[in-house]
Amino acid sequence: MVRFILSKLLYLVPTFLGITIIAFSFVRILPGDPVLLMAGERGVTPERHAELSAQLGYDKPVVMQYFDFLGRLMQGDFGNSLVTKKPVLAEFLTLFPATVELGFCAIVIATLIGVPVGVLAAIRRGSWFDQISMTAALVGFSMPIFWWGLLLIILFSGILGWTPVSGRISLLYFFPNVTGFMLIDSLLSGQEGAFASALSHLVLPSIVLATIPLAVIARQTRSAMLEVMGEDYVRTARAKGMPPFRVIGIHALRNAMIPVVTTIGLQIGVLMAGAILTETIFSWPGIGKWMIDSISRRDYPVVQSGLLLIAALVMVVNLIVDLTYGLINPRIRVK
Amino acid sequence: MSDTSNLAAPVRLSDAAIRRRMLAEFWFYFRQNRGAVGGLVVFVLLVLVAVFASLLAPHDPTAQYRDALLVPPVWQEGGREGFLLGTDAVGRDILSRLLFGAQYSLFIGIVVVSIALVGGIVIGLLAGFFGGWVDTVIMRVMDVILAFPSLLLALVLVAVLGPGLTNAMIAIAIVYQPHFARLTRAAVMSEMKREYVTAARVAGAGNLRLMFRTILPNCLAPLIVQATLSFSSAVLDSAALGFLGMGAQPPAPEWGTMLAEAREFILRAWWVVTLPGLAILVSVLAINLMGDGLRDALDPKLKRS
Repeated sequence: MVRFILSKLLYLVPTFLGITIIAFSFVRILPGDPVLLMAGERGVTPERHAELSAQLGYDKPVVMQYFDFLGRLMQGDFGNSLVTKKPVLAEFLTLFPATVELGFCAIVIATLIGVPVGVLAAIRRGSWFDQISMTAALVGFSMPIFWWGLLLIILFSGILGWTPVSGRISLLYFFPNVTGFMLIDSLLSGQEGAFASALSHLVLPSIVLATIPLAVIARQTRSAMLEVMGEDYVRTARAKGMPPFRVIGIHALRNAMIPVVTTIGLQIGVLMAGAILTETIFSWPGIGKWMIDSISRRDYPVVQSGLLLIAALVMVVNLIVDLTYGLINPRIRVK
Repeated sequence: MSDTSNLAAPVRLSDAAIRRRMLAEFWFYFRQNRGAVGGLVVFVLLVLVAVFASLLAPHDPTAQYRDALLVPPVWQEGGREGFLLGTDAVGRDILSRLLFGAQYSLFIGIVVVSIALVGGIVIGLLAGFFGGWVDTVIMRVMDVILAFPSLLLALVLVAVLGPGLTNAMIAIAIVYQPHFARLTRAAVMSEMKREYVTAARVAGAGNLRLMFRTILPNCLAPLIVQATLSFSSAVLDSAALGFLGMGAQPPAPEWGTMLAEAREFILRAWWVVTLPGLAILVSVLAINLMGDGLRDALDPKLKRS
């Protein structure tokens, strides 16, 4: 197992270096002079330009600049935002809990609904439940979620008036930021109605973000179950008179869950892409909206480091998924 | 699909006859899937709409009727005869814009899939055929691209290249290309072990002929399925980029861009928001249904089950 983990970790090193090269060259390819860009619209004198270039290391060869960049990354220096002048890493860490909260709720919704629906659809293959749920899954899979979010806003916020349109909590409540997770912080604050307000803000964005993972998980669970139920050991278990509930619950489900766990883990990339759209629609102050805002404000250090941090994050989560896969499926370790 | 089963037959069929039989067999399996046939019908309609948009559309998609701002659809109170599905905030006919939007979506899908498919095939063939360090380098680069969430990487690429439809298509194609490269590589590697490849090599076929004439045609089935799925994702992602203001620029009647312009009216004029999104959903759904049918018809493993 240790060797398995080490080999996986070693495998990540070139990928991570590749990610840093892409993030680094991103600012290089940009049209225009980065120094002028940072100086803003007022422009600079030639002396000040040279001084700034030297200060930022732009007078060195590109390869040296890359190694400087890499060296700073290793020290945790991800540069400063051009707009707020704050360190990018600090901004990322402030906004990150909002995205985690949203993504976590979405994946919980997707799993809690998707897995049972997939199992039931597989058991009752060909029934009306199977047909309706798989049609719904295909619709969910094809959904432009930015439009889906707008529809839900029209229905639940516009017509029914049940949920707020944007943000994480009503402006009426104010309490210290302890964990960064609004649901937990609002409970800790002990203010009446704060938790309900946070929850009502969270419902629609989580549903929107959960839509595509839910469809993928339901479809994957169904096909994994169907495959496992055709296996010899399931037939044997049935033949020896085991009650159907035990056959499905113990023999089939456990083995069918192996690919499903991987699918759920791999949704992190989908969630990050979905978070960009969902957070934009609901003005959710998380990483996705931060990236979009930075792109439109041309805040390149933020875009560069944000891209790097998100890719590194996805990579690490995928590694964890890989390792879990090795843990629950011993066959993969030997290979 | 291999035609070895036909070799045992007493009568040797001509190439054209074999091709006809294979097509008939493909259609037989495709037809089994009702959803796929439905998807195909909708897709054909979509193509027809895109081709004949200028004949079908009652108005110019960018013409602004200043006396008809936010007119509701014709069946609703206040609707007008001339504007079947109503007008948007600057008085443009929604129906005409939707019809012309079909051109954008199909065009985007075709361009993105073509670039990603051709690029992926060439790269995957090189990696699978030559193996060794060529393979390692290529696949590492593909891994790096796949490490980024696709929409995010496309967004950043567009930010670098500058917002616009062409750049959005290039960015999406770059992001999709590794999937094709991986699939091609895997298929090529399994085909390389087959005897017919060795036979062709012994007969004196050069590398290029081996790669493109001998091996590639036998790797196409998974690529076709992936191409269909990528087509629908390309329509979705380009609409998302348009929605975020990084794809097709106004006043282009692209569905995602239309949604972006309609956002501020969501609570006042449901039709400007609902209809473009519905168009995206229906197109993507039709293509995905078709993709499912193609997979069932082309994947021999699933056929007999």
